[in-house]
Amino acid sequence: MKGNKGMMNTMNRAIAACLLAAGLLAGPASAEPLKVGFVYVGPIGDHGWTYQHDQGRLAVEEAFGDQVETSYVESVPEGADADRVIAQLAETGHGLIFTTSFGYMNPTIRVAEMYPDVHFEHATGYKQADNVATYSARFYEGRHVAGLLAGSVTESNVIGYIASFPIPEVVRGINAAFLAARSVNPDVSFKIVWVSTWFDPGKEGDAAKALIDQGADVILQHTDSPAALQVAQDRGVWAVGQASDMTAFGADAHLVSVVNNWAAYYVRRVQAALDGSWGTSDTWGGFGANMLLLSAYNEAIPADVVEMAEAARAAIAEGSLHPFAGPIHDQEGNLLVAEGEVADDGMLLGMSVYVEGIDATLPQ
Amino acid sequence: MALRFEARGAASRAMVLGSPAIAVVLTLAASLVMFASLGTDPVRALQAFFIQPLSSERGVAELMVKATPLVLIALGLSMGFRANVWNIGAEGQLTLGALAGGGLALALYGHESPLLLPLMFAAGIAGGMAWAAIPAFLKTRFNTNEILTSLMLVYVAILLLSYLIHGPWRDPDGFNFPESRLFHDSARLPVLLQGTRLHIGWPIALALAATTWILLARHIIGFQVRVVGLAPAAASFAGFSRTRITWITLLAGGGAAGLAGVMEVAGPIGQIVPVISPGYGFTAIIVAFLGRLHPVGVVFAGLLMALTYLGGEYAQITMNLPNAVTGVFQGMLLFFLLASDILIRYRIRFVP
Repeated sequence: MKGNKGMMNTMNRAIAACLLAAGLLAGPASAEPLKVGFVYVGPIGDHGWTYQHDQGRLAVEEAFGDQVETSYVESVPEGADADRVIAQLAETGHGLIFTTSFGYMNPTIRVAEMYPDVHFEHATGYKQADNVATYSARFYEGRHVAGLLAGSVTESNVIGYIASFPIPEVVRGINAAFLAARSVNPDVSFKIVWVSTWFDPGKEGDAAKALIDQGADVILQHTDSPAALQVAQDRGVWAVGQASDMTAFGADAHLVSVVNNWAAYYVRRVQAALDGSWGTSDTWGGFGANMLLLSAYNEAIPADVVEMAEAARAAIAEGSLHPFAGPIHDQEGNLLVAEGEVADDGMLLGMSVYVEGIDATLPQ
Repeated sequence: MALRFEARGAASRAMVLGSPAIAVVLTLAASLVMFASLGTDPVRALQAFFIQPLSSERGVAELMVKATPLVLIALGLSMGFRANVWNIGAEGQLTLGALAGGGLALALYGHESPLLLPLMFAAGIAGGMAWAAIPAFLKTRFNTNEILTSLMLVYVAILLLSYLIHGPWRDPDGFNFPESRLFHDSARLPVLLQGTRLHIGWPIALALAATTWILLARHIIGFQVRVVGLAPAAASFAGFSRTRITWITLLAGGGAAGLAGVMEVAGPIGQIVPVISPGYGFTAIIVAFLGRLHPVGVVFAGLLMALTYLGGEYAQITMNLPNAVTGVFQGMLLFFLLASDILIRYRIRFVP
């Protein structure tokens, strides 16, 4: 029953799209609304990763009004359950489905095979198909700015870094922040704590305390909760907010937040689905594509430091500055990026070694 | 007029079966109030929760896929619980089963053979049993509390999984992401119904339920399990070995959980991932009690519990209800069940 109805919806939309293309149909109001589904790995109230995706969903509703209907499923485990949830969205007539965590990659590909008329978009993965596009943000660009700020404001020259899992995304972030911090402060060193979770306020807070006890006076994080920022606020040190604007959780400690902005991308892709121009693609955008934003800087940061950070952000956005510009060596001294060159995307995507100067061992 | 609880002479058999039904009815009634207070149409919400997931062939298949690990694990656990052996670590035994069976699939990657799946099953069962043997040994040798040891071994198992998946078992072509490569076809469970994910795990779970039923009702082992649980002193007079029963029930629980684990990775997941089970080993404890520690009850309880997950997702998709509704539902079900269980040993009397 529902399968038939779903097919009818798709057919109706296909017919409507043809008519639109032929200029026979004037307004979009006569078509049925496009149903857009979102699969979230955390709760929408995490104030980090999932929260920002949901902000993107709300932006889609705002932009298209009656033309779209959105729905979401939150806290979907990245295992056998993901296939079912994605398929349920396809089954209930959703024409465009965003799956917003790496662990949904193979489930998305599997479900997409069964529903060739539905468009899928998977965040942070590397597998595409005719009806599966991928997208992610160049978070390392934001971490470059965070590293510049951290290297400039630190007095102890020790920067604490709360890391989640030793995957390329996280290693790349540590390297980007470290290279930037070293570029403004050659004495800086990083202390890195692996918490083996993306979201656990208790563990993240404990990690922040341990890092501060070891002398860190700036905390960077690659986890999603504001717990570390709250600890930094209590202990009178600096911290950088992750994924969403975390100012409210520790206004004094908060240097800046690197904000993931999915709204522009989601609006663009929904538009493409509505006007029938949707095609598979692989999008990896940063400051330039507006997929990353910076919150307001803390007013206590010296003006020249803010100016430098802003200049770096602008230069990255226009492409004149690359956070991984050579020469870059790994810890063993092997050349990663030659002088005068910048890291290509393939190397960035598979990055699994620390750069020279980081005094730590990457857990394997 | 007042209400009074009066002790029954003997436990009421009718209430043993009636109390889950009462709990379900009370949960439905309370959920009507909950939905109404959330500002949604309670009838439509209940329909989204309980009817919609089952309105297609695919939905019914998904229900069985979701119920398979819950039923398998709960069958094993209920044996132990009957004998007062409290294995709380099924989640870890499941993980070890998935690692043993899945590891075999990775080691024999590319070998097409009909023997591979049975071997993986055997490895999975052995893996789960080995993990359960640790609390069994500690319990029988040193009288260590098996609740603590089995639970703590869950965390060890998950760290072991994490180590393997971030290190030696990582997909060589996977950009260093913590996932194994996808299993090849011989290492995947056959699908029973084209276009769905229904795999042979469900019939295996049903067969195991039937076997357990016969074992408990007709076999001397089942009798010993029950006597050891109900009357330990009588059991020792009769010469039943508590040590033996502890070993048997823990190994059965571990083996069943291990089988559930290998069937998850060889079935719907198709590879080893950092999170294999969203807490099946713990949810199965609820399933075991909801099913009255009886194999038939466990099958129905597993299906009901699976339905609350599916329904929770439908409620989110079609009604925009929060995910927390699923947890509230499960919590209410357990709460009302425990509350209704008082009627097994007590009756309510109106006192004028």
